[in-house]
Order: sequence, then C-alpha cells, then structure tokens
Amino acid sequence: MKPIEELTFPEDLLYAKDHEWARFEDENVVIGISDYAQDQLGDVVYVELPAVGTVLEKGEVFGTVESVKAVSELYMPVGGEVAAVNEALADAPEKVNQSPYEDGWMIAVKPGDASEKEGLMTRSAYLDMLKGLN
Amino acid sequence: MKETVGTTGLVFNEPLLWEKSKKGRMGYALPKADVPHAPLDAALVSEGPDFPELSEVDVVRHYTRLSQWNYGVDSGMYPLGSCTMKYNPKTNERQAALSGFAGAHPLLPEALCQGILELLFHLERYLAEITGMDAVSLQPAAGAQGELAGMLVIHAYHRNQGRQRLKILVPDTAHGTNPASAALCGYRSVPVPSGARGILTPDMVAPLMDEDTAGIMITNPNTLGLFEKNVKAIAALVHDRGGLVYCDGANMNALLGMVDMAATGVDVLHLNLHKTFSTPHGGGGPGSGPICVKKHLAPFLPVPRILKKGKTYRLSEAFPESIGKLHAFFGNTGVMIKAYSYILSMGPNGLKRASQLAVLNANYVRKRLKDCFHLPHDGLCMHECVFSDKHQLPHHVTTLDMAKRLMDYGFHPPTIYFPLVVSGALMIEPTETESKETLDRFIEALRAIAREARETPQTLKNAPGRCKVRRLDEVGAARRPCLTG
Repeated sequence: MKPIEELTFPEDLLYAKDHEWARFEDENVVIGISDYAQDQLGDVVYVELPAVGTVLEKGEVFGTVESVKAVSELYMPVGGEVAAVNEALADAPEKVNQSPYEDGWMIAVKPGDASEKEGLMTRSAYLDMLKGLN
Repeated sequence: MKETVGTTGLVFNEPLLWEKSKKGRMGYALPKADVPHAPLDAALVSEGPDFPELSEVDVVRHYTRLSQWNYGVDSGMYPLGSCTMKYNPKTNERQAALSGFAGAHPLLPEALCQGILELLFHLERYLAEITGMDAVSLQPAAGAQGELAGMLVIHAYHRNQGRQRLKILVPDTAHGTNPASAALCGYRSVPVPSGARGILTPDMVAPLMDEDTAGIMITNPNTLGLFEKNVKAIAALVHDRGGLVYCDGANMNALLGMVDMAATGVDVLHLNLHKTFSTPHGGGGPGSGPICVKKHLAPFLPVPRILKKGKTYRLSEAFPESIGKLHAFFGNTGVMIKAYSYILSMGPNGLKRASQLAVLNANYVRKRLKDCFHLPHDGLCMHECVFSDKHQLPHHVTTLDMAKRLMDYGFHPPTIYFPLVVSGALMIEPTETESKETLDRFIEALRAIAREARETPQTLKNAPGRCKVRRLDEVGAARRPCLTG
C-alpha cells in the first residue's frame, strides 16, 4: 500500500467518509471510490452495481466491491435515482484500480436533495481525515 | 536458525486425469456376459459422460502425487486464525468406521438403529453440559448453517411473540458470515463498532438496540481473539428491550470448561464440531454446526428431534413451532460420531486442559513476537492473537509477502487480512495441538521473516521459493476463474 502522498485526489470532487467520491455534473452526480480506497482494497476482482432506476438514500448500500483481500460495501454519498451504471466494470474490474476517477467510475445518480452535498468533504478535508486514520 | 522444517526436494508434476486418459484403458475387467444381449430403449442411449479412462495404478499415482503438493495438519503446524485447525485424532476415524455405524442406512427403522440414536442423544446432552445450555439440535451441517439455524430460531421466537422485528446488531469483530446468515432470515444487519480496547461496550450497543431490533450476534471470543467481558451487561440490555442474544461459538476452543455460556446471557449458540471437537475440515470432510438453546427456544429447534422413552430412542417431528428440517435425515452423522469419540477420549478435565493450553499457546506466540510485529490490541488474548504489518510497511513488505514466505519455512500461513478492523491483519491460532518445540520453531521462522523484511525485502517479494509452485496469480484466478476439468 502506498503512502498518502503518492495517491491522487482531484480538486473537483467531493469525498465521503467511506471513501466514495462524487462529481457533480449538470444533472447527475457520478460516483466511484477514491484512490485511497482502491489502494487499500488491492486488486479488484468483481464489482456489483445496482440496476438503473433503483432509488437509494444517502448512506444506503448501492453495491459491493470485491478484491482478493475482502468484500466491501459501497455507500451512497448522496441519495437519488440511479441513472447509469458503468457496465464496463463487469468485464474489466481492474479499471477501478487503474483509473478510479475516470474509467473506474461506478454509477451516475439523479440526486434527490441538493443539500446532501453539504455533508461531503473537499479534497483537503478528506486528506485531513486520511492522515488521522494512519 | 539452524534447521527449518521447510526444505526442497523432488516433487512430481502431475497432469489432470483427463490429460492422462487413453481410450479403452480401465482399472478392472468386466466378466463375460452370461445373459443374452437385449437392446436398450433408444431414449436411454446417449454418448455418456466424459470420464477419463485410466488404469488403477494411474489413479493411485495421480492422487499420491497430488498429496505431495498438499499441506495438512498431519504434515505440520496450521495456525489458521479463527479456524481451530487442531489435530484430528485417528481414533475418531476408527470409531466412525465401526461397521454398525458406517453401515447404518438413514432409512433403517428406529428399532434397528438404537445404538446410533443413543450416541446422538448423548452427544446432545454433552454439548448442552459443555455450554450450559438446555437443548441441542445436531442437524446443521456446518458453522454457517448453524448460524442460519440460530437466526431462524430467533425469527420464529419473535413471530411467536406476535411481532416480527427488522434488524439485527452485528459487531465489527464478529465472524464474517454473520450478516449473511441474518440477511437470509430477512433481517437487516446493523454494524456495531467495537470499543477502543477491541471489545464491545454497553454504551455502543444501547443507542442501537431498539424495539425493531431482533437481537445481537456476538462472536465470543471475538475475531481479535479477545473475550467479550461485557457480554453479560450487553445481554441484559438486549433482553430488557425484548431482543435475543445469538453467540457465534466458532471460537469455543478457548472456553471449554472455563465459561458457562448460558450464564453469560446467551439464548442461542452454535458450535463447530469440525473445529472445537477435532473433526476434519478445510477440505478434509464435511462440517457439523449444532445449535444449543435455552429452554424458551427449545420448541423452535429443527425436527426431527431425538426423544428417549424408558430405554428406547426415537425420532419425533411432533413440534409444531419448529423451524422445520435443515438437512436430509439427521445431519452429518459421521462427523458427530467423531466428535463424540473426542469428547469421551478427553473427558471433562481433558477438554478444559485443551482450552487452557490453546490460550497459553496463543499468549506465548503473542509475547514472543510482539517486539517484531505490531500488535493492535496488546494484553492477554484468548485462543488467537492478531498482529499487523505496520512495522514492515516502511520496507514495502506486506502481510501477504510474509504469509507466502512462511511457507518456505514449512508452516501453513495464518489467516490474513481478517478481521477487517485490523489493516493488514495476521491472525494466528496455534491451538493446543502444538508442543513448545514446534511453537518455538514457528516463532523463530516469523522472527527470521521480520529480519528479512528489514534486510532483504526482495526475498519476501519473491516468496515462496521452495514450494511446488511460486506465487500464484490470485487476481487472474478470481477475475477469470476456470471451473472445469
């Protein structure tokens, strides 16, 4: 596992305490897991994602990610209706390791309550949390 | 270290049986037909299954060679945490193979299998006495099915109370299968974080235990190898709010003859005969996961149950509140005979001594390795101790590298990356089986590995170097599994 300094955390994303990231685009919020999360998990071998149209609340489990070490649950950083899922992960789960913020995105959500954004962390707040963890 | 258990030697390669197959080769000669040929119904004729065609010696060599690649508790120490890989005494096999037991068909009328029913009846009573509980069902076929049986009993209890509940509390130091067992009963599991000392505290449980919560699933000792000292207070709190306490008894090897589980407030508990009671597991044989309950839950136990009337034993299904049948016939009876053999061989003092030595061995390993490996929760442990790779990470050496290297020294690796609450966990359960000499060799091997991590980390990255195969592509195997011969 890498030291935090060697991991990447883009400025334009917001982060949840369970290590999901959220990118707020025009209509949708794109969701995935952070570079820290993929590094901790190790090689991802399977990603289970919800069906398009599923409505989930903030903090609810939207799927699972399985690595050679463990199976972990994925939590909604904001609530809403699933508008799209990254089908490519079914055949190429390694994208989560190789490109956690681009090709390794997991779901796109039509958000319900815009104020839920407030509960998420900026890059610097997330980094502070990670340093506290180690 | 002068000499290690692990060394190199000639090991044979061996192809799959299908690759050895030659058309027409066989291991027996059919006698000449002494009846006239008769045509088969066309509907019954097809190509037949793709079985390899081999002689007897082909098959014997195949499995003998494969056994060279294997590692079992008969070859060496197997410190797999939370699995209790204790030695399986050979007398157990002898008793289970007695022709009266081995030849008994499960459809025999009761009058013709009184012996086996008596044994099972007594085994239930022994397990009840060992745990302090009131009634036992031997039916569940393994630990996870025992958990499910326990959850079904809790579910049936709440239904019988007139109001079903929705959630169940599962601590982060419980066994990994617990949430799945609860989910199969329709309960949503609510994680409970353990306290700073690695055990549960009543104030962590209190805010989560409400009237929609069916109870709590406690693993005791927990997966950090620590005894849940607050279990009584937590059980009282759960009971006050109408819930029940399930105890995962997979770690019971620490507590035989030491703790009265019923007195700790547990309502239902499962045991793993294939761990605590010395029957083979991990590919060596089927499991058995009996559940033990307090009186108020006895009506819900699986059927059939064994009843004794006068001097005769019989099976009864006349329990209308039962959760029903969980397994064909009566569960894995052969495993039960082996566990019964173990209990009688050991006697009450022997079982207690086994637990005492299991705990002593784990603490010996903990004490002698804690200057080399980070110990997230220091202090007395029970039957297992959990280290992490924190001190080795600066050298870019991980728990996986150390586990692989341990194989070169001739030991089975411990459980790794579990429990999840410890990052890079190395979970060591030596069991009472191992002598001080073996433990010392194991400790020296791990101390040598800690030295290598500092001085020659590349050796660990390349490990194992002495095994039949080098590091396997676990990622490739998981991403593209090949499930056919």
